[in-house]
Amino acid sequence: MHTIWVITKRELQSFFDSLIAYIMLVLFLGFSGFFTWLYGSDIFLVGQASLEGFFGIAFWTLFFFIPALTMRLLAEEKKTGTIEMLLTKAVTDREVVIGKFLSTFLLISIALAFTLPYAITIYNIGNLDVGQVVCGYIGLLLMSGVYISIGLYASSITNNQIVAFLSALFIGLFFHLIFDVLSGNFTGLIGQILSTLSLSNHFESISRGVMDTRDLIYFFSIMLLGLFLSELSLTKRNLD
Amino acid sequence: MDINIENLSKRYGSQKAVDQLSFEVKTGEILGFLGPNGAGKSTTMKMITGYIGIGSGEVRIGDKSVQEFGDELKKHIGYLPENNPLYLDMPVIDYLGFCAALQGVAKEKIEERIRLMVRMCGLNAEKHKKIGELSKGFRQRVGLAQAMIHDPEILILDEPTTGLDPNQIVEIRKLIRELGKEKTVILSTHILPEVEATCDRILIINKGKIVANGTAESLRKQATGQEILKLRIEDGAADQILHELRRIKSVDLVEVMDRSMNRFELQSRTGASSKREVFTLCVDKGWVLTELIPIETRLEDIFRNLTTN
Repeated sequence: MHTIWVITKRELQSFFDSLIAYIMLVLFLGFSGFFTWLYGSDIFLVGQASLEGFFGIAFWTLFFFIPALTMRLLAEEKKTGTIEMLLTKAVTDREVVIGKFLSTFLLISIALAFTLPYAITIYNIGNLDVGQVVCGYIGLLLMSGVYISIGLYASSITNNQIVAFLSALFIGLFFHLIFDVLSGNFTGLIGQILSTLSLSNHFESISRGVMDTRDLIYFFSIMLLGLFLSELSLTKRNLD
Repeated sequence: MDINIENLSKRYGSQKAVDQLSFEVKTGEILGFLGPNGAGKSTTMKMITGYIGIGSGEVRIGDKSVQEFGDELKKHIGYLPENNPLYLDMPVIDYLGFCAALQGVAKEKIEERIRLMVRMCGLNAEKHKKIGELSKGFRQRVGLAQAMIHDPEILILDEPTTGLDPNQIVEIRKLIRELGKEKTVILSTHILPEVEATCDRILIINKGKIVANGTAESLRKQATGQEILKLRIEDGAADQILHELRRIKSVDLVEVMDRSMNRFELQSRTGASSKREVFTLCVDKGWVLTELIPIETRLEDIFRNLTTN
């Protein structure tokens, strides 16, 4: 446990040292703030005290930002060879994977925490459904967890960061959009499976304010699968 | 902790990188690992440290097999990988702290260990700089410092002195010698004088196989077999000296190197030494022996002989 925290702390530090964290925070808050308050179907146009607009924006911005954060996590270490130094220390492959996952998850949590003033402001100007907002934030966190673990896996299979970024987006796009679109074209069992696999369906049902165990199981199982596959691709070096 | 390696093999595809290696290193011993590029040195070291899996055979550290207790054993190993990979965006002190924490150094001891490493490796002036700003030699010192930060019982150093200037090399060798008194050290290098200066024992491998194993002296003995002396004898005629030298029983061959300077090269019979006879001969005849130089086979020659066939 202690080792995981040591790795998490270093990764988080390196996000902030390399300015990635600041750029990400500014862009994320800028985008979501702009579309929540100023442009498009913003709060004033809709005329309702609701954060749905914000959740819809964050749903897409996080989808693009997370691969940019995760792409370097393992790919860079593999390229520079520091992975050898790291894995010959008294850590297991699993601890490295979890530590890196947590660092990015914490950074996203920090970014989301900075949007809490939006919620507080709207709470003061209208009748905000607090339960729905809490669920929306939980949904965003769960979704981020899924994309971080996918991004981590993409980063573990290559030593090129661009490849890691693109493959994370590619895998993510299936969950984000493609399964959902395809499920409309199929009926019966296949349609059902595709709609179950679609992340946007599960996110929608959570952000509507309904906490269903099926949704939670969905998010956590994909997250764990991603982490497991990342660990596996690190451990694979022992086999060949 | 001793390291015991038995029939260690590893293949990459169809190529055998390491082929049935067996050797052991005892506590308090420094083993020099020599071999041409691609001989399997780094692969062997990676298997000992548990970074890559063992193809076949066994590596035991203390009494524990690396295959079974790999994660547990990592704490006792300090490893400097080839090319010395480091987090370039971290300041030296932070990096050493990170390594110490990962290796399970107690929180209250970390600072003390860092201070000791900074002093031992001469990093004091650079300790607050980012590693990426350091020159190659200083990065190498950081690499050594991170390997030793948790005071490991086993040190595995893959080419520890590359990139260092001659002064630093002398310092680092001294440091390794010092450490080697209580620890088990394996170091690989291309620099042959380095092995002689630091190592108790030399292991030469070629194409994944051991081709020589022993101290520098024992390797020399194996390689030469016969003693060769360079002589300069004054106050006598060259021909007469030559004649007398050839009459010595233990002498196999004598050649005149430089007639005007009275220089000779003398080869003794296998297993015999003729230094004393030469001296007594000179005393008897009233000649002055101004030079007597035993010629040692250079390690380079041994190395080339063993690894080019």
